[in-house]
Amino acid sequence: MSPESRMKCRVCREPAVIDLRRHNANFCHEHFVAHCEEQVRRAIRHFSMIEPGERVVVAVSGGKDSLALWALLGSLGYDADGLYVGLGIDDYSDESHDYARAFADSRGLTLHVVDLATEHGFTIPGAAAATRRAPCGACGLSKRHVFNAFALEHGYDVVATGHNLDDEAAVLFGNVLRWDLDYLARQHPALPAADGFARKVKPLYRLGERETAAYCVLERIDYQVEECPMAAGNRHLGYKELLNDLEARSPGSKASFLFGFLERARDPIAAAREPGRADAPEGEVVVLRPCEVCGAPTPGDVCAFCKLRDRAVAGRTGAAE
Amino acid sequence: MKVLLRNPRREVEVAGPTTVRALLTSLDLNPESVLVIVGDELVTNDARLQDDDAVEIRPVISGGSGGVAA
Repeated sequence: MSPESRMKCRVCREPAVIDLRRHNANFCHEHFVAHCEEQVRRAIRHFSMIEPGERVVVAVSGGKDSLALWALLGSLGYDADGLYVGLGIDDYSDESHDYARAFADSRGLTLHVVDLATEHGFTIPGAAAATRRAPCGACGLSKRHVFNAFALEHGYDVVATGHNLDDEAAVLFGNVLRWDLDYLARQHPALPAADGFARKVKPLYRLGERETAAYCVLERIDYQVEECPMAAGNRHLGYKELLNDLEARSPGSKASFLFGFLERARDPIAAAREPGRADAPEGEVVVLRPCEVCGAPTPGDVCAFCKLRDRAVAGRTGAAE
Repeated sequence: MKVLLRNPRREVEVAGPTTVRALLTSLDLNPESVLVIVGDELVTNDARLQDDDAVEIRPVISGGSGGVAA
């Protein structure tokens, strides 16, 4: 028998299973799940992320956020399929795929799989070695490309990703540190569809990753707990640790930082970057055209994903010779 | 009590009784960055832990390819 808490659920006064200092609240299992559902419902409604009847594909990694998102969308009545991208990171990818598959099978959900090695001829470790750049950059680029291409090809209206409040606050922190106005202008929980781009939404942006992890534990969702071996020491994780130190001293700081940006700063920054505005930066109007290889929108002749794939494949071939 | 830690996965022995909050402090862990699980149940920071409890401290920070862009 587990130790009982003296903390009481804010709603029903039964023993709490989690304390959320940001909300100055404790919850029992039932009301914590209701809290998570309400946060996702608010996110979807506030930014019109998903309309009734639309086809949704969830970017599923086998981790806590994507599986929690898939489960929560189901609880809220959305009929969502999953897409898993095989990254070729040795045992880690195999285990991640197993968690995603087990979740889908247990709930009778459809899980699509795109394997980078099988379908594109390279892996993330191979791409990182060939380009001599951080693997997380190649990983993010590849996943964004594959999710978008898959959604367009298979008629999905929306790509839903498991980015949570901590992810978004850390990205915002990094963008502000560099005052990268282009990235700040594009940081938003719901990016509309455009020519060559499916709509992308982040319904978990109101939930911290301690909440998504707790949701999985309480709902008995098995997920990949171990961190990706290639992510160790990356800058994004460092930002999260800094922000959590701040959060421990001042609960609510992360939410205040992110939500304040979305409410007061993001739209003015985005509007000022729009082409044609008197104060828009000169010479920075980006015209997208189809990639000569795959057709994805790109400012150059060949998109970044195809360039990455070509370098990774060439690196692999060179290493084998 | 046996305390399972992750990333990397390892086990340490900690004397009880103690509270979750005191345990995290003794291990220099930020309560914002972890969940504490006893058996297979989530527990709050005020929960009292006994010598025979099997405790897992599970990190919740994850993600590499969140990257710099939105």
